[in-house]
Amino acid sequence: MTNTEALKELIYKMADDQLILGHRNSEWTGFGPLLEEDIAFSSMAQDKVGQSYALYQILNDLGEGDPDTVAFMRNADQFHNSQLVELPNGEYDFSLVRHFLFDTAEAIRFQMLTNCSHEPLAQLANKIKGELRYHTMHADIWIKQLGRATEESVSKLQDSLDRLIPYAIGVFEPSPMEDQIIEDKIFEGEGKLRQQWEEAILVVKSKTPLNLPYFSLVKPV
Amino acid sequence: MYGGGNTFEHIKSNGLENEDPEKLAQFEARIERGEKIEPNDWMPQLYRKQLIRMIEQHAHSEIIGALPEGTWITRAPGFKRKLALMAKVQDEVGHAQLLYSAAETLGKSREQMIDDLINGKSKYSNIFNYPAFTWADSCFISWLVDAGAIVNQLANARGSYGPYCRALDRICAEESFHLKYGHHCVIHMATGTEKQREMMQAAINRWWPPMMHFFGPSDKISVHSEILMRWKVKMGSNDDMRNQFLDMYVPKIWELGFTIPDENLRKNEVTGRWEYTEPDWEEFKRVINGDGPCNKERLAVRRTAEERGRWVREALLAPKTEYVAPLA
Repeated sequence: MTNTEALKELIYKMADDQLILGHRNSEWTGFGPLLEEDIAFSSMAQDKVGQSYALYQILNDLGEGDPDTVAFMRNADQFHNSQLVELPNGEYDFSLVRHFLFDTAEAIRFQMLTNCSHEPLAQLANKIKGELRYHTMHADIWIKQLGRATEESVSKLQDSLDRLIPYAIGVFEPSPMEDQIIEDKIFEGEGKLRQQWEEAILVVKSKTPLNLPYFSLVKPV
Repeated sequence: MYGGGNTFEHIKSNGLENEDPEKLAQFEARIERGEKIEPNDWMPQLYRKQLIRMIEQHAHSEIIGALPEGTWITRAPGFKRKLALMAKVQDEVGHAQLLYSAAETLGKSREQMIDDLINGKSKYSNIFNYPAFTWADSCFISWLVDAGAIVNQLANARGSYGPYCRALDRICAEESFHLKYGHHCVIHMATGTEKQREMMQAAINRWWPPMMHFFGPSDKISVHSEILMRWKVKMGSNDDMRNQFLDMYVPKIWELGFTIPDENLRKNEVTGRWEYTEPDWEEFKRVINGDGPCNKERLAVRRTAEERGRWVREALLAPKTEYVAPLA
Protein backbone atom coordinates (compact mmCIF):
# COMPACT_ATOMS: atom_id res chain seq x y z
CA MET A 1 0.00 0.00 0.00
CA THR A 2 1.57 3.27 -1.13
CA ASN A 3 1.47 6.29 1.11
CA THR A 4 -0.28 8.80 -1.15
CA GLU A 5 0.90 11.87 0.72
CA ALA A 6 4.53 10.80 0.44
CA LEU A 7 4.07 10.04 -3.26
CA LYS A 8 2.45 13.41 -3.92
CA GLU A 9 5.21 15.23 -2.06
CA LEU A 10 7.82 13.63 -4.32
CA ILE A 11 5.88 14.29 -7.53
CA TYR A 12 5.25 17.94 -6.62
CA LYS A 13 8.95 18.48 -6.12
CA MET A 14 9.86 16.89 -9.45
CA ALA A 15 7.05 18.56 -11.42
CA ASP A 16 7.84 22.01 -10.06
CA ASP A 17 11.54 21.60 -10.85
CA GLN A 18 10.74 20.62 -14.44
CA LEU A 19 8.21 23.42 -14.88
CA ILE A 20 10.48 26.17 -13.61
CA LEU A 21 13.61 25.05 -15.45
CA GLY A 22 11.51 24.59 -18.61
CA HIS A 23 10.57 28.26 -18.37
CA ARG A 24 14.16 29.32 -17.78
CA ASN A 25 15.33 27.27 -20.78
CA SER A 26 12.64 28.84 -22.96
CA GLU A 27 14.10 32.27 -22.27
CA TRP A 28 17.04 31.35 -24.52
CA THR A 29 14.70 31.23 -27.56
CA GLY A 30 15.88 34.02 -29.84
CA PHE A 31 18.77 34.83 -27.52
CA GLY A 32 21.29 31.97 -27.72
CA PRO A 33 25.00 32.31 -28.52
CA LEU A 34 24.29 30.57 -31.83
CA LEU A 35 21.03 29.63 -33.53
CA GLU A 36 21.63 25.93 -32.94
CA GLU A 37 21.66 26.54 -29.18
CA ASP A 38 18.45 28.61 -29.29
CA ILE A 39 16.88 25.59 -30.89
CA ALA A 40 18.42 23.06 -28.49
CA PHE A 41 17.37 24.98 -25.38
CA SER A 42 13.90 25.39 -26.83
CA SER A 43 13.63 21.64 -27.37
CA MET A 44 14.69 20.97 -23.81
CA ALA A 45 12.25 23.60 -22.57
CA GLN A 46 9.42 21.86 -24.39
CA ASP A 47 10.43 18.49 -22.98
CA LYS A 48 10.64 19.83 -19.43
CA VAL A 49 7.33 21.69 -19.52
CA GLY A 50 5.75 18.63 -21.14
CA GLN A 51 7.22 16.38 -18.43
CA SER A 52 5.88 18.64 -15.69
CA TYR A 53 2.46 18.53 -17.37
CA ALA A 54 2.49 14.73 -17.29
CA LEU A 55 3.53 14.74 -13.61
CA TYR A 56 0.76 17.21 -12.71
CA GLN A 57 -1.67 14.88 -14.48
CA ILE A 58 -0.61 12.05 -12.18
CA LEU A 59 -1.15 14.40 -9.23
CA ASN A 60 -4.58 15.24 -10.64
CA ASP A 61 -5.40 11.53 -10.70
CA LEU A 62 -4.33 11.40 -7.06
CA GLY A 63 -6.88 14.07 -6.20
CA GLU A 64 -4.98 17.33 -6.71
CA GLY A 65 -6.31 20.20 -8.88
CA ASP A 66 -6.16 20.19 -12.67
CA PRO A 67 -2.68 20.73 -14.15
CA ASP A 68 -3.27 24.29 -15.45
CA THR A 69 -4.56 25.45 -12.09
CA VAL A 70 -1.86 23.72 -10.08
CA ALA A 71 0.96 24.85 -12.34
CA PHE A 72 -0.04 28.43 -12.97
CA MET A 73 -2.29 29.58 -10.13
CA ARG A 74 -0.24 28.82 -7.02
CA ASN A 75 1.66 31.47 -5.09
CA ALA A 76 5.46 31.40 -4.97
CA ASP A 77 5.61 29.96 -1.44
CA GLN A 78 3.47 26.99 -2.48
CA PHE A 79 6.08 25.72 -4.94
CA HIS A 80 8.28 22.76 -3.99
CA ASN A 81 11.09 23.34 -6.49
CA SER A 82 14.79 23.56 -5.71
CA GLN A 83 16.46 26.94 -5.82
CA LEU A 84 18.81 25.73 -8.56
CA VAL A 85 16.12 25.80 -11.24
CA GLU A 86 14.73 29.23 -10.45
CA LEU A 87 17.99 31.22 -10.62
CA PRO A 88 17.97 33.68 -13.54
CA ASN A 89 19.67 32.39 -16.68
CA GLY A 90 22.74 34.58 -16.42
CA GLU A 91 25.32 34.03 -19.13
CA TYR A 92 25.41 30.93 -21.31
CA ASP A 93 28.03 29.20 -19.14
CA PHE A 94 25.72 29.53 -16.11
CA SER A 95 22.73 28.05 -17.95
CA LEU A 96 24.88 25.30 -19.44
CA VAL A 97 26.42 24.26 -16.12
CA ARG A 98 22.99 24.28 -14.44
CA HIS A 99 21.61 22.18 -17.28
CA PHE A 100 24.52 19.73 -16.88
CA LEU A 101 24.22 19.41 -13.10
CA PHE A 102 20.43 19.18 -13.07
CA ASP A 103 19.86 16.89 -16.03
CA THR A 104 22.56 14.48 -14.92
CA ALA A 105 20.57 14.10 -11.68
CA GLU A 106 17.22 13.86 -13.46
CA ALA A 107 18.40 11.20 -15.89
CA ILE A 108 19.43 9.01 -12.95
CA ARG A 109 16.29 9.90 -10.97
CA PHE A 110 13.92 8.82 -13.73
CA GLN A 111 15.95 5.71 -14.41
CA MET A 112 15.49 4.81 -10.74
CA LEU A 113 11.80 5.66 -10.91
CA THR A 114 11.19 3.07 -13.62
CA ASN A 115 11.01 0.67 -10.63
CA CYS A 116 8.49 2.83 -8.76
CA SER A 117 5.73 0.97 -6.94
CA HIS A 118 3.17 3.47 -8.29
CA GLU A 119 2.69 2.05 -11.77
CA PRO A 120 1.66 5.29 -13.58
CA LEU A 121 4.83 6.99 -12.35
CA ALA A 122 6.99 4.02 -13.35
CA GLN A 123 5.51 4.11 -16.85
CA LEU A 124 6.00 7.85 -17.18
CA ALA A 125 9.58 7.54 -15.92
CA ASN A 126 10.26 5.07 -18.68
CA LYS A 127 9.19 7.63 -21.26
CA ILE A 128 10.93 10.59 -19.62
CA LYS A 129 14.28 8.82 -19.21
CA GLY A 130 14.43 8.44 -23.00
CA GLU A 131 14.00 12.20 -23.47
CA LEU A 132 16.54 13.00 -20.77
CA ARG A 133 19.16 10.90 -22.51
CA TYR A 134 19.33 13.62 -25.18
CA HIS A 135 19.52 16.35 -22.55
CA THR A 136 22.52 14.77 -20.85
CA MET A 137 24.14 14.03 -24.21
CA HIS A 138 23.78 17.71 -25.11
CA ALA A 139 25.14 18.88 -21.74
CA ASP A 140 28.09 16.46 -21.75
CA ILE A 141 29.20 17.41 -25.25
CA TRP A 142 29.16 21.11 -24.47
CA ILE A 143 30.86 20.76 -21.08
CA LYS A 144 33.60 18.65 -22.66
CA GLN A 145 34.07 21.10 -25.53
CA LEU A 146 33.89 24.43 -23.72
CA GLY A 147 35.56 22.94 -20.65
CA ARG A 148 38.85 22.62 -22.53
CA ALA A 149 38.62 25.08 -25.43
CA THR A 150 39.96 28.51 -24.49
CA GLU A 151 41.21 30.06 -21.29
CA GLU A 152 38.10 32.22 -21.25
CA SER A 153 35.67 29.34 -21.73
CA VAL A 154 37.38 27.17 -19.10
CA SER A 155 37.41 29.94 -16.52
CA LYS A 156 33.77 30.84 -17.18
CA LEU A 157 32.68 27.25 -16.73
CA GLN A 158 34.78 26.95 -13.57
CA ASP A 159 33.17 30.09 -12.07
CA SER A 160 29.69 28.77 -12.81
CA LEU A 161 30.53 25.36 -11.37
CA ASP A 162 31.81 26.97 -8.18
CA ARG A 163 28.63 29.01 -7.86
CA LEU A 164 26.20 26.24 -8.76
CA ILE A 165 27.49 23.12 -6.99
CA PRO A 166 25.92 24.10 -3.62
CA TYR A 167 22.59 24.74 -5.37
CA ALA A 168 22.85 21.47 -7.27
CA ILE A 169 23.35 19.52 -4.05
CA GLY A 170 20.27 21.31 -2.73
CA VAL A 171 18.24 19.34 -5.29
CA PHE A 172 18.82 16.22 -3.16
CA GLU A 173 17.15 17.64 -0.08
CA PRO A 174 15.28 14.67 1.45
CA SER A 175 11.53 14.84 1.65
CA PRO A 176 9.97 15.17 5.14
CA MET A 177 8.53 11.72 4.31
CA GLU A 178 11.73 10.28 2.87
CA ASP A 179 11.65 7.10 5.01
CA GLN A 180 8.09 6.38 3.92
CA ILE A 181 9.00 6.98 0.26
CA ILE A 182 11.84 4.46 0.46
CA GLU A 183 9.89 1.95 2.53
CA ASP A 184 6.96 2.00 0.09
CA LYS A 185 9.36 1.45 -2.83
CA ILE A 186 8.24 4.68 -4.46
CA PHE A 187 11.82 5.86 -4.89
CA GLU A 188 15.18 4.65 -3.62
CA GLY A 189 15.88 7.99 -2.01
CA GLU A 190 17.75 11.25 -2.53
CA GLY A 191 20.86 9.92 -0.77
CA LYS A 192 21.33 7.10 -3.23
CA LEU A 193 20.60 9.42 -6.16
CA ARG A 194 23.17 11.90 -4.93
CA GLN A 195 25.82 9.21 -4.72
CA GLN A 196 25.29 8.13 -8.34
CA TRP A 197 25.11 11.76 -9.46
CA GLU A 198 28.49 12.57 -7.93
CA GLU A 199 30.04 9.66 -9.83
CA ALA A 200 28.44 10.70 -13.12
CA ILE A 201 29.54 14.33 -12.75
CA LEU A 202 33.11 13.23 -12.06
CA VAL A 203 33.23 11.12 -15.22
CA VAL A 204 32.42 14.09 -17.47
CA LYS A 205 34.59 16.47 -15.45
CA SER A 206 37.60 14.16 -15.80
CA LYS A 207 37.68 14.93 -19.56
CA THR A 208 38.37 18.60 -18.78
CA PRO A 209 40.78 20.61 -16.61
CA LEU A 210 37.82 21.79 -14.50
CA ASN A 211 37.92 21.38 -10.73
CA LEU A 212 35.20 20.16 -8.41
CA PRO A 213 35.06 20.65 -4.65
CA TYR A 214 34.95 17.72 -2.22
CA PHE A 215 31.23 17.15 -2.35
CA SER A 216 31.09 16.19 1.32
CA LEU A 217 32.38 19.62 2.30
CA VAL A 218 29.77 21.58 0.33
CA LYS A 219 26.94 23.19 2.24
CA PRO A 220 23.78 22.70 0.12
CA VAL A 221 21.54 25.68 -0.79
CA MET B 1 10.35 41.24 -46.54
CA TYR B 2 9.61 37.87 -45.05
CA GLY B 3 9.84 36.24 -48.41
CA GLY B 4 8.61 39.24 -50.42
CA GLY B 5 12.00 40.68 -51.17
CA ASN B 6 13.14 43.71 -53.09
CA THR B 7 10.14 45.78 -52.26
CA PHE B 8 11.94 48.85 -51.11
CA GLU B 9 15.36 48.68 -52.65
CA HIS B 10 15.56 49.53 -56.30
CA ILE B 11 18.21 48.32 -58.66
CA LYS B 12 20.45 51.20 -59.61
CA SER B 13 22.40 49.53 -62.36
CA ASN B 14 21.79 46.04 -63.58
CA GLY B 15 25.42 45.53 -64.59
CA LEU B 16 24.37 43.14 -67.33
CA GLU B 17 26.70 44.80 -69.83
CA ASN B 18 29.58 43.01 -68.05
CA GLU B 19 28.03 39.55 -68.34
CA ASP B 20 28.86 37.04 -71.04
CA PRO B 21 25.86 37.31 -73.41
CA GLU B 22 26.01 33.65 -74.39
CA LYS B 23 26.00 32.39 -70.80
CA LEU B 24 23.29 34.87 -69.92
CA ALA B 25 21.11 33.58 -72.74
CA GLN B 26 21.61 29.97 -71.59
CA PHE B 27 20.83 30.96 -68.00
CA GLU B 28 17.61 32.69 -69.03
CA ALA B 29 16.62 29.76 -71.21
CA ARG B 30 17.02 27.36 -68.27
CA ILE B 31 14.79 29.51 -66.08
CA GLU B 32 12.28 29.85 -68.92
CA ARG B 33 12.14 26.02 -69.11
CA GLY B 34 11.40 25.89 -65.35
CA GLU B 35 14.79 24.48 -64.33
CA LYS B 36 16.26 25.33 -60.95
CA ILE B 37 19.58 27.14 -60.67
CA GLU B 38 21.98 25.43 -58.27
CA PRO B 39 24.89 26.94 -56.25
CA ASN B 40 27.67 25.86 -58.62
CA ASP B 41 25.84 26.88 -61.79
CA TRP B 42 26.76 30.02 -63.68
CA MET B 43 24.60 33.00 -62.72
CA PRO B 44 24.75 36.74 -63.36
CA GLN B 45 26.13 38.89 -60.54
CA LEU B 46 22.85 40.75 -60.27
CA TYR B 47 20.95 37.49 -59.71
CA ARG B 48 23.36 36.44 -56.99
CA LYS B 49 23.25 39.83 -55.30
CA GLN B 50 19.47 40.11 -55.31
CA LEU B 51 18.99 36.59 -54.02
CA ILE B 52 21.47 37.05 -51.19
CA ARG B 53 19.68 40.25 -50.21
CA MET B 54 16.27 38.63 -50.35
CA ILE B 55 17.11 35.36 -48.54
CA GLU B 56 19.14 37.24 -45.96
CA GLN B 57 16.24 39.61 -45.23
CA HIS B 58 13.95 36.65 -44.95
CA ALA B 59 16.33 34.93 -42.47
CA HIS B 60 16.65 38.11 -40.39
CA SER B 61 12.85 38.39 -40.32
CA GLU B 62 12.64 34.92 -38.84
CA ILE B 63 15.01 35.56 -35.94
CA ILE B 64 13.70 39.06 -35.24
CA GLY B 65 10.17 37.68 -35.66
CA ALA B 66 10.88 35.22 -32.83
CA LEU B 67 11.17 38.14 -30.40
CA PRO B 68 7.65 39.66 -30.16
CA GLU B 69 6.04 36.21 -29.81
CA GLY B 70 8.91 34.83 -27.75
CA THR B 71 8.08 37.25 -24.95
CA TRP B 72 4.70 35.49 -24.64
CA ILE B 73 6.11 32.00 -24.02
CA THR B 74 6.51 32.41 -20.27
CA ARG B 75 3.12 34.14 -20.02
CA ALA B 76 1.08 31.96 -22.39
CA PRO B 77 -2.22 30.87 -20.81
CA GLY B 78 -1.98 27.21 -19.86
CA PHE B 79 0.05 24.18 -20.89
CA LYS B 80 -1.54 23.62 -24.27
CA ARG B 81 -0.89 27.11 -25.60
CA LYS B 82 2.50 27.34 -23.98
CA LEU B 83 3.82 24.13 -25.49
CA ALA B 84 2.45 25.05 -28.92
CA LEU B 85 3.88 28.56 -28.81
CA MET B 86 7.31 27.30 -27.73
CA ALA B 87 7.38 24.88 -30.64
CA LYS B 88 6.19 27.57 -33.04
CA VAL B 89 8.81 30.13 -32.04
CA GLN B 90 11.46 27.41 -32.15
CA ASP B 91 10.36 26.68 -35.72
CA GLU B 92 10.94 30.34 -36.63
CA VAL B 93 14.51 30.19 -35.35
CA GLY B 94 14.94 26.94 -37.27
CA HIS B 95 13.72 28.72 -40.41
CA ALA B 96 16.41 31.35 -39.92
CA GLN B 97 18.99 28.56 -39.69
CA LEU B 98 17.73 27.00 -42.95
CA LEU B 99 17.63 30.34 -44.74
CA TYR B 100 21.08 31.48 -43.64
CA SER B 101 22.37 28.17 -44.97
CA ALA B 102 20.57 28.74 -48.28
CA ALA B 103 22.07 32.25 -48.53
CA GLU B 104 25.53 30.91 -47.67
CA THR B 105 25.44 28.80 -50.84
CA LEU B 106 25.64 32.13 -52.70
CA GLY B 107 28.85 33.15 -50.97
CA LYS B 108 27.97 35.28 -47.93
CA SER B 109 28.67 33.80 -44.48
CA ARG B 110 26.13 33.70 -41.66
CA GLU B 111 28.46 35.87 -39.54
CA GLN B 112 28.60 38.56 -42.24
CA MET B 113 24.82 38.50 -42.58
CA ILE B 114 24.24 38.82 -38.83
CA ASP B 115 26.81 41.63 -38.66
CA ASP B 116 24.92 43.48 -41.38
CA LEU B 117 21.66 42.99 -39.48
CA ILE B 118 23.10 44.37 -36.26
CA ASN B 119 24.77 47.29 -38.02
CA GLY B 120 21.46 48.20 -39.64
CA LYS B 121 22.84 47.59 -43.12
CA SER B 122 20.33 44.91 -44.01
CA LYS B 123 16.62 44.97 -43.29
CA TYR B 124 14.00 42.61 -41.94
CA SER B 125 10.24 42.53 -42.11
CA ASN B 126 8.84 45.80 -40.90
CA ILE B 127 5.97 44.24 -39.00
CA PHE B 128 8.24 42.98 -36.23
CA ASN B 129 9.05 46.54 -35.25
CA TYR B 130 5.63 46.70 -33.58
CA PRO B 131 5.05 45.47 -30.02
CA ALA B 132 2.90 42.51 -28.90
CA PHE B 133 1.16 44.17 -25.93
CA THR B 134 -1.34 41.45 -25.12
CA TRP B 135 -1.89 37.74 -25.61
CA ALA B 136 -4.32 38.68 -28.39
CA ASP B 137 -1.47 40.39 -30.27
CA SER B 138 0.44 37.14 -30.13
CA CYS B 139 -2.64 35.32 -31.51
CA PHE B 140 -2.88 37.85 -34.36
CA ILE B 141 0.77 37.29 -35.28
CA SER B 142 0.48 33.50 -35.21
CA TRP B 143 -2.56 33.49 -37.42
CA LEU B 144 -2.44 36.45 -39.75
CA VAL B 145 1.21 37.48 -39.96
CA ASP B 146 2.08 33.84 -40.58
CA ALA B 147 -0.73 33.69 -43.14
CA GLY B 148 0.80 36.69 -44.94
CA ALA B 149 4.18 35.02 -44.82
CA ILE B 150 2.74 31.86 -46.36
CA VAL B 151 1.25 33.85 -49.25
CA ASN B 152 4.70 35.26 -50.01
CA GLN B 153 6.57 32.06 -49.38
CA LEU B 154 4.35 29.81 -51.48
CA ALA B 155 4.89 32.19 -54.38
CA ASN B 156 8.64 32.28 -53.84
CA ALA B 157 8.85 28.50 -53.51
CA ARG B 158 8.12 28.45 -57.27
CA GLY B 159 11.15 30.66 -57.90
CA SER B 160 14.30 29.71 -59.75
CA TYR B 161 16.97 29.23 -57.09
CA GLY B 162 17.03 25.60 -55.95
CA PRO B 163 18.33 25.91 -52.35
CA TYR B 164 15.88 28.73 -51.53
CA CYS B 165 12.93 26.84 -53.03
CA ARG B 166 13.75 23.70 -51.06
CA ALA B 167 14.12 25.67 -47.82
CA LEU B 168 10.77 27.33 -48.52
CA ASP B 169 9.03 24.01 -49.12
CA ARG B 170 10.02 22.89 -45.64
CA ILE B 171 9.22 26.26 -44.12
CA CYS B 172 5.74 26.36 -45.68
CA ALA B 173 4.92 22.92 -44.29
CA GLU B 174 5.75 24.12 -40.78
CA GLU B 175 4.05 27.48 -41.25
CA SER B 176 0.82 25.73 -42.13
CA PHE B 177 0.78 24.30 -38.58
CA HIS B 178 1.42 27.78 -37.18
CA LEU B 179 -1.55 29.02 -39.14
CA LYS B 180 -3.79 26.32 -37.67
CA TYR B 181 -2.52 27.06 -34.19
CA GLY B 182 -3.02 30.81 -34.64
CA HIS B 183 -6.49 30.37 -36.13
CA HIS B 184 -7.45 28.15 -33.22
CA CYS B 185 -6.22 30.76 -30.72
CA VAL B 186 -8.24 33.51 -32.45
CA ILE B 187 -11.39 31.34 -32.63
CA HIS B 188 -11.00 30.67 -28.91
CA MET B 189 -10.86 34.42 -28.22
CA ALA B 190 -13.78 35.08 -30.60
CA THR B 191 -16.01 32.57 -28.84
CA GLY B 192 -14.88 33.52 -25.35
CA THR B 193 -15.95 36.21 -22.92
CA GLU B 194 -16.79 39.80 -23.81
CA LYS B 195 -13.36 40.78 -22.52
CA GLN B 196 -11.59 38.24 -24.74
CA ARG B 197 -13.51 39.48 -27.79
CA GLU B 198 -12.59 43.06 -26.97
CA MET B 199 -8.93 42.14 -26.57
CA MET B 200 -8.91 40.37 -29.93
CA GLN B 201 -10.68 43.25 -31.69
CA ALA B 202 -8.19 45.71 -30.19
CA ALA B 203 -5.32 43.57 -31.48
CA ILE B 204 -6.85 43.48 -34.99
CA ASN B 205 -7.21 47.26 -34.91
CA ARG B 206 -3.60 47.69 -33.83
CA TRP B 207 -2.10 45.26 -36.30
CA TRP B 208 -4.13 46.02 -39.42
CA PRO B 209 -2.01 48.94 -40.70
CA PRO B 210 1.31 47.03 -40.34
CA MET B 211 -0.40 43.97 -41.88
CA MET B 212 -1.30 46.02 -44.96
CA HIS B 213 2.29 47.30 -45.09
CA PHE B 214 3.58 43.75 -44.83
CA PHE B 215 3.41 43.07 -48.56
CA GLY B 216 5.40 46.18 -49.43
CA PRO B 217 4.56 49.46 -51.20
CA SER B 218 1.75 49.67 -53.70
CA ASP B 219 2.55 48.78 -57.29
CA LYS B 220 1.69 52.39 -58.10
CA ILE B 221 4.75 53.67 -56.24
CA SER B 222 7.00 50.63 -56.30
CA VAL B 223 9.06 50.30 -59.45
CA HIS B 224 8.99 46.72 -60.61
CA SER B 225 11.95 45.13 -62.00
CA GLU B 226 10.86 43.23 -65.02
CA ILE B 227 14.17 41.40 -64.98
CA LEU B 228 13.69 39.99 -61.45
CA MET B 229 10.30 38.67 -62.49
CA ARG B 230 11.79 37.13 -65.62
CA TRP B 231 14.54 35.47 -63.58
CA LYS B 232 11.91 34.22 -61.11
CA VAL B 233 13.53 35.98 -58.19
CA LYS B 234 10.37 37.93 -57.49
CA MET B 235 7.25 35.91 -58.16
CA GLY B 236 4.40 38.37 -57.86
CA SER B 237 3.76 42.07 -57.41
CA ASN B 238 3.20 43.48 -53.92
CA ASP B 239 -0.41 44.33 -54.71
CA ASP B 240 -1.05 40.84 -56.06
CA MET B 241 0.24 39.28 -52.84
CA ARG B 242 -1.77 41.72 -50.72
CA ASN B 243 -4.90 41.00 -52.73
CA GLN B 244 -4.45 37.28 -52.35
CA PHE B 245 -4.09 37.66 -48.59
CA LEU B 246 -7.21 39.83 -48.33
CA ASP B 247 -9.15 37.40 -50.46
CA MET B 248 -8.26 34.47 -48.23
CA TYR B 249 -8.43 36.03 -44.78
CA VAL B 250 -10.82 39.02 -44.67
CA PRO B 251 -13.88 36.72 -44.98
CA LYS B 252 -12.48 34.54 -42.17
CA ILE B 253 -11.99 37.55 -39.89
CA TRP B 254 -15.52 38.80 -40.63
CA GLU B 255 -16.90 35.31 -40.11
CA LEU B 256 -15.65 35.43 -36.51
CA GLY B 257 -17.65 38.63 -35.97
CA PHE B 258 -14.68 40.99 -35.87
CA THR B 259 -14.43 44.24 -37.79
CA ILE B 260 -11.47 45.54 -39.75
CA PRO B 261 -10.54 49.18 -39.18
CA ASP B 262 -10.93 50.32 -42.80
CA GLU B 263 -14.36 51.49 -43.91
CA ASN B 264 -13.34 51.36 -47.56
CA LEU B 265 -12.39 47.69 -47.46
CA ARG B 266 -14.55 45.70 -49.87
CA LYS B 267 -14.19 43.27 -52.72
CA ASN B 268 -14.98 44.71 -56.13
CA GLU B 269 -17.04 41.91 -57.64
CA VAL B 270 -16.44 43.21 -61.17
CA THR B 271 -12.64 43.27 -61.04
CA GLY B 272 -12.34 40.55 -58.39
CA ARG B 273 -9.83 42.77 -56.55
CA TRP B 274 -10.05 44.18 -53.05
CA GLU B 275 -10.41 47.92 -52.55
CA TYR B 276 -9.06 49.59 -49.44
CA THR B 277 -7.82 52.86 -48.04
CA GLU B 278 -4.30 53.45 -49.26
CA PRO B 279 -1.95 52.44 -46.43
CA ASP B 280 0.24 55.18 -44.98
CA TRP B 281 3.42 54.62 -46.95
CA GLU B 282 5.18 57.48 -45.20
CA GLU B 283 4.88 55.60 -41.92
CA PHE B 284 6.09 52.45 -43.65
CA LYS B 285 9.22 54.23 -44.85
CA ARG B 286 9.78 55.85 -41.48
CA VAL B 287 9.62 52.49 -39.67
CA ILE B 288 11.77 50.71 -42.27
CA ASN B 289 14.38 53.40 -41.81
CA GLY B 290 14.64 52.78 -38.09
CA ASP B 291 12.01 54.97 -36.47
CA GLY B 292 9.38 52.41 -35.49
CA PRO B 293 8.18 51.64 -31.98
CA CYS B 294 10.55 48.69 -31.44
CA ASN B 295 13.38 48.95 -34.01
CA LYS B 296 15.97 49.93 -31.43
CA GLU B 297 14.85 47.32 -28.92
CA ARG B 298 14.82 44.49 -31.49
CA LEU B 299 18.33 45.24 -32.73
CA ALA B 300 19.60 45.80 -29.19
CA VAL B 301 18.40 42.32 -28.18
CA ARG B 302 20.09 40.78 -31.20
CA ARG B 303 23.28 42.76 -30.61
CA THR B 304 23.38 41.75 -26.94
CA ALA B 305 22.84 38.08 -27.84
CA GLU B 306 25.70 38.25 -30.35
CA GLU B 307 28.07 40.00 -27.97
CA ARG B 308 27.30 37.75 -25.02
CA GLY B 309 27.63 34.64 -27.17
CA ARG B 310 30.90 35.61 -28.83
CA TRP B 311 33.10 33.66 -26.38
CA VAL B 312 31.12 30.50 -27.11
CA ARG B 313 31.60 30.83 -30.87
CA GLU B 314 35.29 31.65 -30.40
CA ALA B 315 35.73 28.64 -28.13
CA LEU B 316 34.23 26.41 -30.82
CA LEU B 317 36.76 27.76 -33.30
CA ALA B 318 39.73 27.38 -30.95
CA PRO B 319 42.45 25.36 -32.73
CA LYS B 320 43.08 23.16 -29.69
CA THR B 321 39.45 22.29 -29.23
CA GLU B 322 38.91 18.57 -29.19
CA TYR B 323 35.51 17.87 -30.65
CA VAL B 324 33.44 15.24 -28.97
CA ALA B 325 31.20 13.19 -31.19
CA PRO B 326 27.68 12.44 -29.97
CA LEU B 327 27.09 8.87 -28.89
CA ALA B 328 23.96 8.35 -30.97
